[in-house]
Amino acid sequence: MSARLYHEAILAEARRGEGAGRLEAPERVVERDNPLCGDRIRLEVQLRDGRVVALRHTTRGCLLTRAAASLLARLAPGRTPAELAELDRRLEHWLAGAGEVPDEALALFAPVREVSSRHDCVRLPFMAAAALAREEAS
Amino acid sequence: MRVDVAVLRRDFPIFEAQPAPFHYLDSAATAQICRPALEALCRFEGKARANVKRGVYRLAEAATRAFEEARRQVARLLGGVDPAEVVFTAGTTLALNLAAHGLSPRLGPGRRVLVSVLEHHSNLVPWQLACARTGAELVAVPATADGRLDHEALERLLDSRVAVVALTHASNVTGAVSDVARVARAVRAVGAVLVVDGAQRIPHGPVDVRRLGCDLYAFSGHKAYGATGAGVLWGRRELLEPFPPFLGGGEMITRVTLAHSSYREPPHRFEAGTPPIGPVLALGAAARWMMAQDWQALRAHEEALTRRLLAGLAAMRDVRILGPTDVGERIGVVAFTLESHHPHDICQLLDERGVCTRGGHHCAQPLMDHFGIEASVRASLAPYNDEADVDALLEGLETVRRILG
Repeated sequence: MSARLYHEAILAEARRGEGAGRLEAPERVVERDNPLCGDRIRLEVQLRDGRVVALRHTTRGCLLTRAAASLLARLAPGRTPAELAELDRRLEHWLAGAGEVPDEALALFAPVREVSSRHDCVRLPFMAAAALAREEAS
Repeated sequence: MRVDVAVLRRDFPIFEAQPAPFHYLDSAATAQICRPALEALCRFEGKARANVKRGVYRLAEAATRAFEEARRQVARLLGGVDPAEVVFTAGTTLALNLAAHGLSPRLGPGRRVLVSVLEHHSNLVPWQLACARTGAELVAVPATADGRLDHEALERLLDSRVAVVALTHASNVTGAVSDVARVARAVRAVGAVLVVDGAQRIPHGPVDVRRLGCDLYAFSGHKAYGATGAGVLWGRRELLEPFPPFLGGGEMITRVTLAHSSYREPPHRFEAGTPPIGPVLALGAAARWMMAQDWQALRAHEEALTRRLLAGLAAMRDVRILGPTDVGERIGVVAFTLESHHPHDICQLLDERGVCTRGGHHCAQPLMDHFGIEASVRASLAPYNDEADVDALLEGLETVRRILG
């Protein structure tokens, strides 16, 4: 099961590290920790008309978190924070075994569904993105 | 005498239940329950269940007798202390919170609590809370580069301002065993109280707390071959005596009116409500099992395995061992990092080979900061481990390296 978890697509996505780095003058910054292991992600975001136009992340985490952060960087542009929060909600449900994969790009995490202790590794970047919406709401 | 692991494993039902390969190297998190403890738990819950300390019918009286017998067994495990000094709690965390609460009247502005960088969060956060409540100052005792308590630094910090010193007996990350007797002498000289977190040390053999010279000693049943849900705070009677009540409720009072309550003597004052009776009986049975073992042989067995593990890791490229390499100064709890691979990725892949290890900060984030890392992999040994367990881990790490690149 674990070896299947670390299939080539996940390894490649983690190595790709899309969006890794900092924005020069980020409009919004959120940080999120995984209390289980101390992993941390920092998102820096630029918005225009309420939609993400640029997202960079600094990720200190396992391969799953790094792959998920890379995918978030690809999926976030054009979406609103509320839509990213919805993406996280659907990702949580899908990982838990309910519903459809929220975006085909995330289907590479299918083997993680069987390993509940690692769901939050995948979700950490998306939970950080969802925090953007909560900040807006408050 | 050589330890026959196959014989010893007959005392641990898990080894009959789990399919091979099964290499359990996470005993520092939770050790496997020994058969007598499991039988005591099941016998009570299935055939002898009644509440303790109150009922007058025979079943309840038998439950109370068994409960107090468990207290006597734990008292034996701790060097033959007075059973009235043994307080049953839900575990080490609750025991240390009780200690911090009970010692709070000694704290206040101008007073200090010393804790070491090695501490598990459960022996740090309660003291942070107690200091915040009382205005006392929390002072950190540093660790050495190889993750041992810096005894000299501790002794330099000891003065009349220090009210409490709270230390782990053995680190849950580096495995380093502190010289508690030496610390106790120095702490006593300044009139402070020494609280020891024994959660990691107790599973490696009985501890004579009076000889150590500490004042309070905490540990958990589930790490000492008992069930989850029960633990112990041992304290010198004269120290426990003035402790204010911690949790309020039934069993801990002598008389209650609508306006006021008066409280029982220790240990009952600190055992409010229905205690975790089954887990306590299991703890008593586990303590009895421990007292029946040849710890000299088990210690030699553990040292040999630890040496094998340390040597195997040291021979691997890009492995960093967090802790002393002298097996005489440590228990068989070995944490390490492998290249820049994330501990969770490593543990996940080890699980594929039936190797159960722990990855993360091990609830010791200040110690992770000390080492300049976020997390590590930890393998922890118990008497039921053998060479095959250690070798499976070492071979597994080579596989991890191959997969993760």
